Order: sequence, then C-alpha cells, then structure tokens
Amino acid sequence: MRLRTVRYYFCETIQSILRNSWLSVASVGVVAVSLMILGSSLLLVINASNMAANLESSVEMSLFLKDKSTSAQIKDLEDKLKAMPDVAQVEFVSKQRALEEMKKNFGDKKDILAGLEEKNPLPDAFRIKTRTVEQVAPLARQLEGLAQVDQVRYGQGVVEKMLAFSRWIRVAGLVTMVLLGVAAVFLIATTIRLSVFSRRKEIGIMKFIGATNWFVRFPFLLEGMFLGLAGSLLAVAAIYFGYFTLIGNIQVSLPFMQLVSDRDLIITLMERLLLLGLVIGAAGSMISMRKFLKA
Amino acid sequence: MIQLYNVTKIYPSGVKALTDVTLRVHKGEFVFLVGPSGAGKSTITKLIYREEFPTRGQVIFNGKNVIRMRQREVPYLRRAMGMVFQDFRLLPQKTVFENVAFAMEVVGSSGRDIKKTVPKVLNMVGLTKKADVFPGHLSGGEQQRVSVARAIVNNPVLIIADEPTGNLDPETSWDLMNLFLNINKRGTTVIMITHARDIVDAMKKRVVEMAGGQIVRDEKEGTYRYEA
Ligand SMILES: Nc1ncnc2c1ncn2[C@@H]1O[C@H](COP(=O)(O)OP(=O)(O)OP(=O)(O)O)[C@@H](O)[C@H]1O
Ligand SMILES: [Mg+2]
Repeated sequence: MRLRTVRYYFCETIQSILRNSWLSVASVGVVAVSLMILGSSLLLVINASNMAANLESSVEMSLFLKDKSTSAQIKDLEDKLKAMPDVAQVEFVSKQRALEEMKKNFGDKKDILAGLEEKNPLPDAFRIKTRTVEQVAPLARQLEGLAQVDQVRYGQGVVEKMLAFSRWIRVAGLVTMVLLGVAAVFLIATTIRLSVFSRRKEIGIMKFIGATNWFVRFPFLLEGMFLGLAGSLLAVAAIYFGYFTLIGNIQVSLPFMQLVSDRDLIITLMERLLLLGLVIGAAGSMISMRKFLKA
Repeated sequence: MIQLYNVTKIYPSGVKALTDVTLRVHKGEFVFLVGPSGAGKSTITKLIYREEFPTRGQVIFNGKNVIRMRQREVPYLRRAMGMVFQDFRLLPQKTVFENVAFAMEVVGSSGRDIKKTVPKVLNMVGLTKKADVFPGHLSGGEQQRVSVARAIVNNPVLIIADEPTGNLDPETSWDLMNLFLNINKRGTTVIMITHARDIVDAMKKRVVEMAGGQIVRDEKEGTYRYEA
C-alpha cells in the first residue's frame, strides 16, 4: 500500500470520527460498558472456577474399617490405597485420634464422652482425597467392595451440587459474554452505518470515479476498529484498577477470601479484551457496509 | 469501442427513457449527442458506465459485456472512462485540488505524480487560482470545470461529458471545447451531450440526435439543427 493511500485512510478516519463526534463518543461508551461487563463476568468466572477448584481439593471421603482389622491388614490397605491413581492423599486416623478430635469438637461438654476411652466405639479410618471431585463417587463405590472396609462416607449430594454449580456459573458466564459481544458488534454497526449513511453521496461519487470497494470500505473499517479499541482501552483500564483495588480491600477485610491475583493471567485477559474490542469494531463496520457497496 | 444493441430502458417509475436504441462509437471518435430535454441522452451514458442497467438489450465496452460484468470489475471499467456529470458530483468536503487529486488517489497514483499532474490539469481548465477553494464556494461554471479536470486527469480512453459547457459563457465554452478537441486528437474517444448549437455547427463532428428515447439522426459531419 502506498504511503499516500495510507495517509488518505487515516485522514478520512479521523475526519469522520470528528464529524460524528457525539456518535463516536456514544459508541466508544457502549463498547466500553459492554467490555467492562464482559471483563467483570470473566473475572467472576475465573474466581468462581478458582474457588470451586479450592473447594474440590478439600473434598475428602472417610473410609471406616471393620473393627477386627489387624495393624498388618491396615498397613496393607494403606499401601494399596496409595498406589491407586485417583487417590491424591491418604491419612490414617486411628480410633484413639478420632476420639480426641471428637472431644475437641465437643469443647467444655466433653464430659459426655467420659468413660469411652475404655471401650472406644469409634472405628479406625482413612481420610482420602481424590485428584478431582468427579472421582469421588466412583472411587467410593470401588472402595466399598474392599475386604477390611466397613463403610465409605463422603458429602454425598453436596459434592454433586457443587459440581453442578460451578458448571452452571461457567455456562452462564459464557452466555453473558456471547450476548454482550453480539450487542457491542451491532452497536458499532449502527454507528458506522450512520457514518456511512451521512456520507452515502460521497461514497457514490467515489465509486463513479472508479474506487474499489476496499478503497471505500477501508476508512470505515479503521473507524470501527478505532472505536472498538478506544472502548476496550477504557474498559481494560477501569477493570484493571478496579480489580486490583478490590483485591487490596478484600485482603484487609475478608482475608479468608482468596481472589485470583496472578498478574500475568489478568494481563492476558486484558490483552484478549483489547483484541476483542478491535474485532468487534471491525465486525461491526463490515456488517454495516455490506449493503451500501452492492451497487 | 462502444456498442449498444437494441437497448430499451424503462425506469422503475415506468418512464420509458430509451426504446430499442442501437449505437456504435469507434475508438478516437468525437460524438455530439443532441436532442431535447428528456430525450434519453443522459440515460445512454449511464448505461455505458453502469450507473443504470438496460431493461432489454446489450451494452459492450472494449469488447466486454458491461451488463454481465462482475461487481469487482466495475471500478476498472469506470477508470477507463472520464465522466463529466451533468450534476458535477464533486466532493463537498474537499478543495478543488483535492477533488481532482482524489481521482488519482483512487487509482493508486503516487504523491509525487499527483503534485505534478493536478496543477497542470487545473491550469488547462483555467482554475489555478481556485485550487484551495471548496466546491460550495464556486460558481456553476467553475464547478463544471473542476468536474472536467477530474475527468481528464487520469488520461482515460473515453470521455463522457454531459453538458460540460451548460453553465459557461461563450468564451470559456470555446476554451473547454478546444481542450476536448486536443484530448481527442491524442486518440481519446469523446462523447459529448450538449445544447450549444453554435459549437456543434462549427466543429463538424459526428452528431447523433435523439428524440423521445430513440435515435432520429446520425450524421458524420453533422449540425445541431433540431427545432424544439
Ligand atoms: N432515475 C430516474 N428515474 C426515473 N425516471 C428517470 C430517471 N432518470 C431519468 N428519468 C426519465 O427518463 C427520461 C430521459 O431522461 P434523461 O436524463 O436521459 O434525459 P436527457 O436527454 O438527458 O435530458 P436533459 O437534456 O434534460 O438532461 C426523462 O423522462 C426522465 O424523466
Ligand atoms: Mg441529461
């Protein structure tokens, strides 16, 4: 492309944006708001997944052993469990330790448990963590069949609900994103269409003196991309500062809430948003010009 | 170079602008298209650069079927022609210089070429002093000459001029006619629609007369002649 042509495109674009200044501001605003909501819901999804993952890793099951198991059998079983690929962590809880923990939980009412030391009714047990939450239920079924195992307990039902919730959040986030993206594309398309419409006579003249469709289209394409980029820059700046301020506040007031604060991840997300702004702008202007360039 | 075969044009409004018109123009010819208002003169030119499509019949330019041409070939068809529109069609937000330069930008000329050529062409049409003025601040005749400058700046093989002297005083009209004559002598085909009787009579060129959407006369070295 010749330098002169490039200059022509940029001049046209800037002139056009200035000519329709209020409209340009409006569509930059719309893109900014859409991408802000989009970016926020993305952050929400990232955090929800992260929390779900944290919860998942804390889901464990208890494997209660039959009363007459010998320590050799227990040792045997422990080795067997550790060798299983789905098992992440195995911890043996003897009946004595279980009783102590129970006393601790009862606190000052621990007298109720007095005398149980002699004839401890609690069974020996293993606490097992799986690698993923999906493995809990099938593993539990498999372990129930083992010789020394009396009973397997895990948050039956709760785990399934949590899984469904984290899946639901992901889907809802995705749907929101797609809808907002489409909305932003059509708003840009409307802006560019008005811009094209206000210059339809000029476009006609250009075509009569032999301008190709691309020559006519390019300034509008640039205009759309510029609007999209400007909007996404605003959104990215707002989200970036907003989010890190939020993280700062939460660390002070709600220290147990762990928000994702990995800067590289956030910056990648911001880059994607900028790129998306560009694509939205380009897509919008292409849509709006399809009709005008037919004749 | 240009062939119209049995062309009929009915506008969507129902007006029958052309009825079974057949016309051939050869390379290098200078043709006056005359006739009363509403005879269909502008319509013929619009078919050639594909602003309008004929209802029936064929239009051929340089061996190519203009009607069946693909959309992306149309810009190149139009670049082969320089058009002086009856309604000028200048870009209002561009100066005289920029309007003419724009025709060169569209075809991808270099900045150096543009800076060299545009002043020359503006000089030919006598608008050197108006180079930086916007079309809205020009008289009709001046706008018409900008339109002429734009039409000739890319050295087209065909010039279609729709009443290029319609708003000019006799002297300027003659200057412009001489300009077209010189361009024609270098081999460019010229089709000119005009109501200027004295010019047509003096030039002794081919005259095609139209009336009511049909060609009623076609003479080699003709005169204006019709009584309206
Ligand atoms: N776009 C259009 N839609 C409908 N009717 C049209 C259109 N353009 C021209 N006409 C009609 O077609 C007929 C021929 O028009 P045309 O412009 O070809 O005449 P002309 O010979 O150029 O006249 P003039 O000397 O006044 O320019 C006229 O009756 C006109 O009203
Ligand atoms: Mg006319």
